[in-house]
Amino acid sequence: MNLKDKLTTGFFELENKGELHIDDSIHPIRTKAFEAFENKGFPTKKEEEWKYTPLKAIINKDYEITNSYEAAVELNDVKKYFIQDVDTYKIVFINGVYSSFLSETTHSGIDVCLLSSAIKKPKYKLILDHYFNKIAKNNESLTHLNTAFTQQGAFIHIPKNTVVSKPIQIIYFSLNGNQFLQPRNLVVVDENSHVQILERHQTIDDSSNFTNSVTEIFAAKRAIVDYNKIQNDTEKASLIDQTFVQQKDNSIVSVNTFSFGGKFTRNNLEFYQEGERLESNLNGFSLLGNKQYVDNHTVVYHNQPNCESHELYKGIYADKATGVFNGKVIVHQKAQLTNAFQQNNSILIGDKSTIYAKPQLEIFADDVKCSHGCTIGQLDETALFYMQQRGIPKKEAHALLLYAFGNDVIEKIKFPKLKERITKLMAKKLGVELGF
Amino acid sequence: MSKYTEEDLKKELENQEYEYGFYSDLNAETFPKGLNEEVIIAISKKKNEPQWMTEWRLDAYRIWKNMEEPDWANVNYPKPDFQAISYYSAPKPKKQLDSLDEVDDELLKMYEKLGISINEQKRLAGVAMDIVVDSVSVATTFKKTLAEKGILFMPISEAIQKHPDLVKKYLGTIVPKTDNFYAALNSAVFTDGSFCYIPKGVKCPMELSTYFRINEGGTGQFERTLLIADKGSYVSYLEGCTAPQRDENQLHAAVVELIALDDAEIKYSTVQNWYPGDKNGKGGVFNFVTKRGLCETNAKISWTQVETGSAVTWKYPSCILKGDNSVGEFYSIAVTNNYQQADTGTKMIHLGKNTKSTIISKGVSAGKSQNSYRGLVQVHNKAENARNFSQCDSLLMGDKCGAHTFPYIECKNNTAQIEHEATTSKIGEDQIFYCNQRGIDTDKAIALIVNGFSKEVLNKLPMEFAVEARKLLEISLEGSVG
Repeated sequence: MNLKDKLTTGFFELENKGELHIDDSIHPIRTKAFEAFENKGFPTKKEEEWKYTPLKAIINKDYEITNSYEAAVELNDVKKYFIQDVDTYKIVFINGVYSSFLSETTHSGIDVCLLSSAIKKPKYKLILDHYFNKIAKNNESLTHLNTAFTQQGAFIHIPKNTVVSKPIQIIYFSLNGNQFLQPRNLVVVDENSHVQILERHQTIDDSSNFTNSVTEIFAAKRAIVDYNKIQNDTEKASLIDQTFVQQKDNSIVSVNTFSFGGKFTRNNLEFYQEGERLESNLNGFSLLGNKQYVDNHTVVYHNQPNCESHELYKGIYADKATGVFNGKVIVHQKAQLTNAFQQNNSILIGDKSTIYAKPQLEIFADDVKCSHGCTIGQLDETALFYMQQRGIPKKEAHALLLYAFGNDVIEKIKFPKLKERITKLMAKKLGVELGF
Repeated sequence: MSKYTEEDLKKELENQEYEYGFYSDLNAETFPKGLNEEVIIAISKKKNEPQWMTEWRLDAYRIWKNMEEPDWANVNYPKPDFQAISYYSAPKPKKQLDSLDEVDDELLKMYEKLGISINEQKRLAGVAMDIVVDSVSVATTFKKTLAEKGILFMPISEAIQKHPDLVKKYLGTIVPKTDNFYAALNSAVFTDGSFCYIPKGVKCPMELSTYFRINEGGTGQFERTLLIADKGSYVSYLEGCTAPQRDENQLHAAVVELIALDDAEIKYSTVQNWYPGDKNGKGGVFNFVTKRGLCETNAKISWTQVETGSAVTWKYPSCILKGDNSVGEFYSIAVTNNYQQADTGTKMIHLGKNTKSTIISKGVSAGKSQNSYRGLVQVHNKAENARNFSQCDSLLMGDKCGAHTFPYIECKNNTAQIEHEATTSKIGEDQIFYCNQRGIDTDKAIALIVNGFSKEVLNKLPMEFAVEARKLLEISLEGSVG
């Protein structure tokens, strides 16, 4: 049975069991989304957005699509995946099931809890009605699929005028057989509030998981949201991560994506600018080897005047790794005085590494400043030689130069412990010690 | 095109009649509308083509029948009805005018702005010449020089007769019949076009241009150009004309194939100024062109284009850099105004080692027009040390137009170096103000700025063309900024 049929059966099973009926207002959204998925099926290479990205090998595997038991995980086994030495809120899921033991949620002042419990509580009905599935509608069948199966995920609501003192970590662990997971996150940040979030998907044994995640982020006036993703899963895991951001006047939202692992990673990141004088930042860094695959698709819709967007994606591809970058900037006729800058730089190290880049501008307003730059190249031989001359071994010199290349992106992280963690991960990947 | 050249054409045709005995029929009829195998066989017969050519056309037609019209381009237009077109028509004798007074004022004004001489104006407008222009002798000397060098330059239909081996060897090798919808259609029905062969080691002493190919009147609807530069040769080829062309044909689907063998160099320049439709976007030419060149070892192909006309343009002159050390270049200015739509760009396919490509694309959109750059830079895994530099800049005038870029970059080799940059902006008010202050009116100021913006491309055009192209840009953008 192929995955689509399995999902269809699974959907109706859940439907019959009543598991999807947790709330009546969400139910029609689900049914509609499922119909849309059923009609479209999984994307194929014939679709422009999936031109370079073959999904076939991934969806042809056998997955467990419904899982309702909590697998036992020892804290010591997973400790290393957390940012430990600072106090944080944590929402942890194991095989899609909430782990109260590993988590630290709150309802005092702010809401950091489960989407499923928020759906059940009448208190949150207003928020959910107003925000749930309002921007995740790029008509991508995988988004529909996630919406149809929405069960578990993080729910974060920061009310007006709140600066959240601790960062929030959202971690999805998976183990025991090939899981097909569909987490769904909803982040609502009200006026003048500020929050830092860290998201991670991690497999802790050698199963081949497939995660299809959707996150919706709403930033109200003057809100500041920092959203960081670490993608360093095992080399068997596949991830499709779709993030949608809506911004209102004067807000600043940054989404930083760091891809170091996984067999297959596809990031869809969409920004909808629905206010004036706001700023969107999209940063990404990939460091891949072996046969790893990363695909970054970003879209920024400049729908209002006087806004800015800054996009910087860098990638280093070794061995047989493949990178795809597709960055779209769409400037609506109304969006005069837009400043949109996009940059994509890649270094190919491996003999068989490949990069496909498509930086795309679609501009309908005249009084704008838009630019994009895209380069593909190698390390500067002269710089390498210079360093070797001064007694730095080739391997270290190589790593230092690569680190310097990625540093532009790493500098964008506003969360010191995370920056440290990323630096360590990079050093490990490059096989050297970076002592700073 | 003009009375004079047409007479000349007739004379030549008359002479040829004895050789082939089919041209007199040609003048007699226009085929009924529609396309089927019979029509194609008839076209082939008209042209007195050998059997292999007829088969070739039929094959293309069968391929075309099973193809669908592409709709991926960023353009919007009513799909032409391919059964409502007559695929063969004899050259129509133009109405002869007695003096320039009878010519459309608007057309004359444009000629004047372009700085076209009175005689030339008359020739273009089809006015009977009262002063003898020495174009026959120019053409004859021209032909003589070419013949001395062994250069073959003739209509493609003539080449099929005279040099079937060359045509057979190269036709459809660069743009195969299966390439795309319009290329297939062109392969099936083409009737006009040029054929050019530069022998080994010959540097063509002059710019070859369709203007001198006076034995063929006007541009055709389905033009097919085949240009072969043999080892170590050089040629510069000009296509089109800066003068406005009031063409009645709505659909143009041309195919151009360039072959640069080892160490050869081809420079191909185009100025396209077909009818863009009126201010409300009514009428205008649909221009769907497939242009592609193949570079063998150390060869170089350089495309330069100035696109100001046509209602819809769909054109991607490309280079296949097959040989080691080959070079591909693309310089383009596309200007769109009113309701024009242009989706143009290039493809650079790097297959050989140490291949280089440069792409400079400038787009200017005004009025309610849409201007897109769509390009592909592809580096295959064996293309060591490939180098590409692309730059596409767009200039927007007015808040109702659009500028888009769709660059595709695919790199499979880790020694390749690829750079791409694109910017979009409008003409700064301060720049215009600066010019105004110095007594330059706004229209002139815009022309000045646009010229500066497109200088990199204009400089690549042959001298006399560049001057005219510059004026053409001015005219195309006249009154676009209030």
